[in-house]
Amino acid sequence: MYNWAKALLVSLLIYSSLVQASPYPDAWQDIGRPATADELEAWDIDVRPDFTGLPEGAGSVAQGEGLWLDKCASCHGDFGDSNEVFSPIVLGNITPEDIASGRVAALTDSAVVRTTLMKVATLSTIWDYINRAMPWNAPKSLQTDEVYALTAYLLNLGYIVDDDFVLSNDNIHAVQAMMPNRYGMTTDHGLWSAAGRPDVVGSSCISDCNADTTITSFLPDYAMNAHGNLRDQMRDYGPYPGIQTAPEANVISAPVSTSTAPDALLLANGCSGCHQQAGPLLGPSFDDIMAKYQNQDATDYLRTKIKNGGSGVWGTMAMPPMPHVGEEALLAISQWLVAGR
Amino acid sequence: MTDSNPEPRGQLQAAPESFIPADLVSAISAKGINAERRGLIKGAFASALATMAGVTTAAGGDPNIVTLPEWSTTLGKSVATHPYGQPSRYESNIIRRQSPGLTQTDQASVAFTPLQSLFGMMTPSGLHFERHHQGWVDIDPRRHRFMINGLVKTPTVFTLEDILRLPSVSRMHFLECGANTALEWGNSAVPTVQYTHGMLSGSEWTGVPLSLLLERVGIDLSKAKVILAEGADGSSMTRTINIANALDDCLVAYGQNGEMLRPEQGYPLRLVVPGVQGVSWVKWLRRIEVGDAPYATKDESSHYVDLMPDGLQRQYTAIQEAKSVITSPSGGQRLKNSGYYCITGLAWSGRGSVKKVEVSVDGGRNWREAQIQGPVLQKMTTRFTLDWVWRGEPALLQSRVTDSTGYVQPQRAALLEVRGARSIYHNNAIQTWRVNRAGEVDNVQLG
Repeated sequence: MYNWAKALLVSLLIYSSLVQASPYPDAWQDIGRPATADELEAWDIDVRPDFTGLPEGAGSVAQGEGLWLDKCASCHGDFGDSNEVFSPIVLGNITPEDIASGRVAALTDSAVVRTTLMKVATLSTIWDYINRAMPWNAPKSLQTDEVYALTAYLLNLGYIVDDDFVLSNDNIHAVQAMMPNRYGMTTDHGLWSAAGRPDVVGSSCISDCNADTTITSFLPDYAMNAHGNLRDQMRDYGPYPGIQTAPEANVISAPVSTSTAPDALLLANGCSGCHQQAGPLLGPSFDDIMAKYQNQDATDYLRTKIKNGGSGVWGTMAMPPMPHVGEEALLAISQWLVAGR
Repeated sequence: MTDSNPEPRGQLQAAPESFIPADLVSAISAKGINAERRGLIKGAFASALATMAGVTTAAGGDPNIVTLPEWSTTLGKSVATHPYGQPSRYESNIIRRQSPGLTQTDQASVAFTPLQSLFGMMTPSGLHFERHHQGWVDIDPRRHRFMINGLVKTPTVFTLEDILRLPSVSRMHFLECGANTALEWGNSAVPTVQYTHGMLSGSEWTGVPLSLLLERVGIDLSKAKVILAEGADGSSMTRTINIANALDDCLVAYGQNGEMLRPEQGYPLRLVVPGVQGVSWVKWLRRIEVGDAPYATKDESSHYVDLMPDGLQRQYTAIQEAKSVITSPSGGQRLKNSGYYCITGLAWSGRGSVKKVEVSVDGGRNWREAQIQGPVLQKMTTRFTLDWVWRGEPALLQSRVTDSTGYVQPQRAALLEVRGARSIYHNNAIQTWRVNRAGEVDNVQLG
């Protein structure tokens, strides 16, 4: 797969030339100190495909379901099927035949949304990732048994294990043997090392080349402004000014507002990912929220709503809790919404 | 190549940007822009240009010369008005931008570098693209620790002070996200080079060679096959890296372009893996584990795997193959009039250095060799230029790089034939910019 021996030789040559040039070749060798056992335990959390590094523990599908609804469903949906905050983890599209063969057939179907369970070949990946990075806004807060339970629940959503299953370090190897896409990865490609062999190489023809210059794709007029007015995205003097793609009205007439949008807060706290000023995005527009709560005594209500999330006010789409938003920002955003435009 | 016709003169007058009549402005305000009104705007520009030329002549000189501007007749600002310097206020368009709708959250997202407005081979640190997986953090350097464990004689902890005391090197390398140009596999999806190629940067990185650190902790070379790099942020992102890369030119870096790393770039420590996709340049680096088998982490199993038409996913794809793009003129820009233009762009290769860049203005039928601006460095962005005279006719601009291994950047169709349109990562196809008769440039794909 790679030739590290050669690279090592080269690097040792570079290294030895470095140290020979110095009158103190090993003087830096005492910098740094041995890691303690507790330090290694705290940080060495990775779990490999052969489950090296996996701590002992167990968790049931039922426990996982409860945890899921509490800590995960607001972003991923009750059944891991939501595409609103993150790409879906489970959406069906995995068949008993896939589990038997170890290859998910639907990956060849361009109409099918690729989910985590369709793609991932190794169960360790899911366990390790939940353990190190989830929940989204409180990473590394789960207990070991909770990670087992959540992993069991996801496997159950994919019909890989039954409703009464308890996943543990004892049976996890057996579950790996049922992962639907366990044979779906290949390392037969040239991109692992610099010495790898390219799969596609271009032509070096210089003149009268056989090039098909038919235009097969371009941005239609209506899409030219989808990234904002291109005129404002180029240096506005010099040989290459940007094309005016927005109606001039947007540029000339400033929006009439009674308060200025706290754009920096909205961006920094992740509000702008789901909400924009006008028109629904994933969540309702700020204009709609303002219209609903304008001049009401709703500042405290909105502060709580932003902090804790919820659903049902603007439809079934859930808003995730936003515990990372500081009190000052909560107040500023809520007051701005209530002040209206 | 020389043109036999006399060269048209380039534009010498100031741009008449503010000459749109009021009635046209209100018509556009009320009804939006369409082909007719766009034509009227162009007409307004043309007549304004003529008027301006006349005014300039009549006044006996450019008013910016004959009437001294205020900056020539007033006292300037104090030193250290901005203790950390800032760009001119006239450069406020030159910023990182997100692609609307690309990601559902702003923490696992991308902000693209405005390549269309940058010069040379280096990227200003403040405009370096951002790609985070769980938001960015600003780590207290006094509390940051870096650990090496696994197949080593002594698992070792380093403070930042330790790292800063060790022998260091500075090297220039490009950094490109494996998903750069990912939006363009299926069709032309985004309007400018900022969005098509803006997950690319060139920087000078300063740090300790990883090979030196691995030697320091007593790496077991008889067993080591990979390393795992891990971040200290909430995502604690992990990637497996080939031991050959690790022992070759990787750095545990703290410096970028002469200063400490920006927080968005991993302050105070990040791994530098020259030639390899950005996701492996783990930011906020807290740990390296030496191992004997790959780790199949989330970002090498669920993401950053390249789906092939047969349903197999290429795992542990890492190298960024040779690629180039014209940054000016490019999508969303407008040539003001016919005449001389200096086509310019960037080329780079994760397998070595840039040997040659060729440019076509007719969609790949004929190519001319571009001028390479030095220095040409290993695994570093390289600037190229090519003289061009635009005579007002439609054009299809392309660039094509050949690297030091002899590899030639492929046309998009050739890449699609092997990999299909759903592999997301490692799209290094030749980019086409179309210039229409009005001088407007847009992003197109050819058959």
